[in-house]
Amino acid sequence: MTIFGVALLSICTLVGVFLGDLLGVVLGVKANVGGVGLAMMLLIAARVWLQKSGALSHGVKLGVEFWGTMYIPIVVAMAAQQNVVAALRGGPLVLVTAVVTVTACFLATALLGRIGRERPSDVHDEAEVERGGDIISGDLIPGAAPHPSARKA
Amino acid sequence: MMHMIQHLFIEQSLVAAFAVIGVVMWISLVISKRLTAGRVHGSAIAIVAGLVLAYIGGIVSGGQKGLADIPVFAGIGLLGGAMLRDFAIVATAFEVDVVEAKKAGLLGVFALAIGTVLPFIIGVTAALAFGYRDAVSITTIGAGAITYIVGPVTGAALGANSTVMALSIATGVLKAVLIMVTTPMLARFVGLDNPRSAMAFGGLMGTVSGVAGGLAATDPKLVPYGALTATFHTGIGCLVGPSILFLAVRSVTG
Repeated sequence: MTIFGVALLSICTLVGVFLGDLLGVVLGVKANVGGVGLAMMLLIAARVWLQKSGALSHGVKLGVEFWGTMYIPIVVAMAAQQNVVAALRGGPLVLVTAVVTVTACFLATALLGRIGRERPSDVHDEAEVERGGDIISGDLIPGAAPHPSARKA
Repeated sequence: MMHMIQHLFIEQSLVAAFAVIGVVMWISLVISKRLTAGRVHGSAIAIVAGLVLAYIGGIVSGGQKGLADIPVFAGIGLLGGAMLRDFAIVATAFEVDVVEAKKAGLLGVFALAIGTVLPFIIGVTAALAFGYRDAVSITTIGAGAITYIVGPVTGAALGANSTVMALSIATGVLKAVLIMVTTPMLARFVGLDNPRSAMAFGGLMGTVSGVAGGLAATDPKLVPYGALTATFHTGIGCLVGPSILFLAVRSVTG
């Protein structure tokens, strides 16, 4: 049932955020400490456990992955409620930070990409990897077969 | 008539928000395909459109919450609010393939570590240079240089103000747009033509739509490798941003 997936996602989120609140109290930070990250780790662990025990049903996947496909639209809605009018006063800060960051990361890619370059990389399940990217970018309906382009690649 | 529609939008706020965001996404995808030949990812255009709408909303309402301050668009506030935003971010973790993640090995871990710390340091340095002195604002701006998700998640966890949050998101969005546009041009220069360097690239750049769009425009078969590490990137950023990185900044600023 789809609700099991949504409920699994909810429970992971609630437990993660609660642990983040607890961690905040322990560390003396007046904030939630990494609750979303902890929730993500719980969900990864839950998926691995469900796969091993053969309980990862279509409904569970659909329930979780629907919300994965809603990631970008939700981020768009989030962007639409920010205080952009005030932010534009900090224009140079945004420009300088973004340009320097991207430049630095490209240089780091050039360095890291050359480390161990001779070793061939083999992927155990390329279609599955492609499918994940498609779902988050919203190009794939949850539970459907991999995108045609996934097979091509 | 107009009054009735207005009333409907206010009463069905979340449903109306789905429709509004759906239209924004659709227009953005059309612009992406027709005007940029798919070079600029539709999601990046949609996010920029969201920020433009937030600007218009801010001018019209004079409020702090962009488009959500206009009563007929109040549902945007719920759809893009902290609750559903965190929920959707957690859902993306479901797409992480643990076997692949393990095989990416040291290079991937190394790239993720550098890709988190390097942008953060650059963001923090820029925030200091532009006169920010409180640990919460500095951390939020630094986190925005990691991705446009890590920035607001960190800011929300630390209680940063909306202005700093918007700066943080704007930095992350501009970073994503720059990655999408420049990756096809710089791919040869940085040796981005094999799965290993794509994994390093994803870990370093982080932002999922930036990496997916950039690699798709460069070589579609590299997309999954980059997206794989990039998917981890936001999770790691969300974990260390409001915790280790914030504590590090606070220990320096006092």
